[in-house]
Amino acid sequence: MKASGTVFKYGDNVDTDVIIPARYLNVSEPSELAAHCMEDIDRDFIHKVKKGDIIVANKNFGCGSSREHAPIAIKAAGVSCVIAETFARIFYRNSINIGLPIIECPEAAKDIEAGDQVEIDFDSGMIYDRTKGTQYQGQAFPEFMQKIIAAEGLINYINSRDKE
Amino acid sequence: MGMTMTQKILAAHAGLSEVKAGQLIEADLDLVLGNDITSPVAIKEMDSKMTVSTVFDKDKIALVLDHFVPNKDIKSAEQCKCVREFAARHEITNFFDVGQMGIEHALLPEKGLVVAGDVVIGADSHTCTYGALGAFSTGVGSTDMAAGMATGKAWFKVPSAIKFILTGKPSKWVSGKDVILHIIGRIGVDGALYKSMEFTGDGIAHLSMDDRLCIANMAIEAGGKNGIFPVDDVTRAYLKEHSARDFKVYEADEDAEYEQVITIDLSALKPTVAFPHLPENTKTIDEVGDVPIDQVVIGSCTNGRLEDLRIAAEIMKGKKVAKGLRVIVIPATQNIYLQAIQEGLVQTFIEAGAVVSTPTCGPCLGGYMGILAEGERCVSTTNRNFVGRMGHVTSEVYLASPAVAAASALAGKIAGPCE
Repeated sequence: MKASGTVFKYGDNVDTDVIIPARYLNVSEPSELAAHCMEDIDRDFIHKVKKGDIIVANKNFGCGSSREHAPIAIKAAGVSCVIAETFARIFYRNSINIGLPIIECPEAAKDIEAGDQVEIDFDSGMIYDRTKGTQYQGQAFPEFMQKIIAAEGLINYINSRDKE
Repeated sequence: MGMTMTQKILAAHAGLSEVKAGQLIEADLDLVLGNDITSPVAIKEMDSKMTVSTVFDKDKIALVLDHFVPNKDIKSAEQCKCVREFAARHEITNFFDVGQMGIEHALLPEKGLVVAGDVVIGADSHTCTYGALGAFSTGVGSTDMAAGMATGKAWFKVPSAIKFILTGKPSKWVSGKDVILHIIGRIGVDGALYKSMEFTGDGIAHLSMDDRLCIANMAIEAGGKNGIFPVDDVTRAYLKEHSARDFKVYEADEDAEYEQVITIDLSALKPTVAFPHLPENTKTIDEVGDVPIDQVVIGSCTNGRLEDLRIAAEIMKGKKVAKGLRVIVIPATQNIYLQAIQEGLVQTFIEAGAVVSTPTCGPCLGGYMGILAEGERCVSTTNRNFVGRMGHVTSEVYLASPAVAAASALAGKIAGPCE
């Protein structure tokens, strides 16, 4: 599985309140949530983002509230992957559970800049910055999480496991 | 190598004699929690995708409508209706609607639904609150909640831990909120990322259960997976008063491994305020300078308990809220609300010029009941001061204890209780 797209770059501690403000949590439709994704830190994001684009951020991405609406909004906005130095733990879990690919890679998070064209090979965990001509090895998922991601989320994984 | 308190609870619930940090386990759950924001997503997942159509145990699920109730608009009413119908269809024992509800993390301990030794997941980040009772509890998302409701299990990566040794006795105006704000200021908002925060030390004896619930509540604000306190006489008395369930006491091994050990002298702490826009931006009350404010909120799962209201009322009694300031007091549960009425606290607040609301998470997450306009500032006893958290993106939230919030309400600017 591969992803490629243009990078949107953010800093440290991007919290779930700015990813999807609570004033929009009176709905849970992915497309409605996506319409307000990143609104409080980047009003242009939702107008510029194209299917396949990539978010790159520094440490503790997704901190704060447990709202799964945050990774749902990012995924529904068309983002193919989030790369960060570190992720807040609930956001990390939620992303895996809903099948939004995320990769921890401090070097990539530091170097890659907004607007860069980036390609990711999920099987190897390799990240290629085609604009800069650099490459980075992202952290691979443990086997258990790979199975959840391959099943496109926890629910499908449990369903398939129950059938066995 | 020995195990931490958290690791022991997780091992027991995974049917293992030993676990190590980093190990992936599947643990049995004693309780699965959801609210009116997160449950509808979980319910849709369960109804539309899962092959299992029943819940694992109707007595071990708690559904609390607390974020946007009484409903703020048609959309939130629809969300609550979805949860209400699910609760009825599955005969969920612990479903709390308007009239019985309270803010979930104040309500569950009060109702005795969590006891020492439990493993609890909740689709709300502040589920870590119940560590105060000697339980392992942690926040998850809606999909984990759906899987938990269906199977009674959840996967966890066994966390490593930071040990906090609390010593000494805090001074009169220093509360649990000041302790946790001090810790977050010291280690940062990701200082305990993926880790347990295990609290020990003789200073704990001087912390009330309300203080401990407040401290454990904000473990997530340091990135922690859970915050946990040992079970002592205070815990036993609380559990005996609130729950008929048996509980199990787990203690960390003497040779348990900690990534870091931090000692905090509680007697040296001062009232502490977290400035915008991160809970780690802390200053002690003598460092805050002149910060005029527009609003004060006293409430939330962090500080809406009876002791919090008593402290605020003690400071506000016979005095008036500063001119031009709005003060909103929100008791966290119906029971706390009723006791606050009986003790005359509500009268004190109203006479001072504050408003007192029915329990709701409301303003804490910028839902309703106290949204801030452009450039406005609020001193709040809540837990997050992120950009736009309580309203307009240029508004500012200053996190503080009920004592500082009450003193600020009288002064019209950030102020300490002893000024």
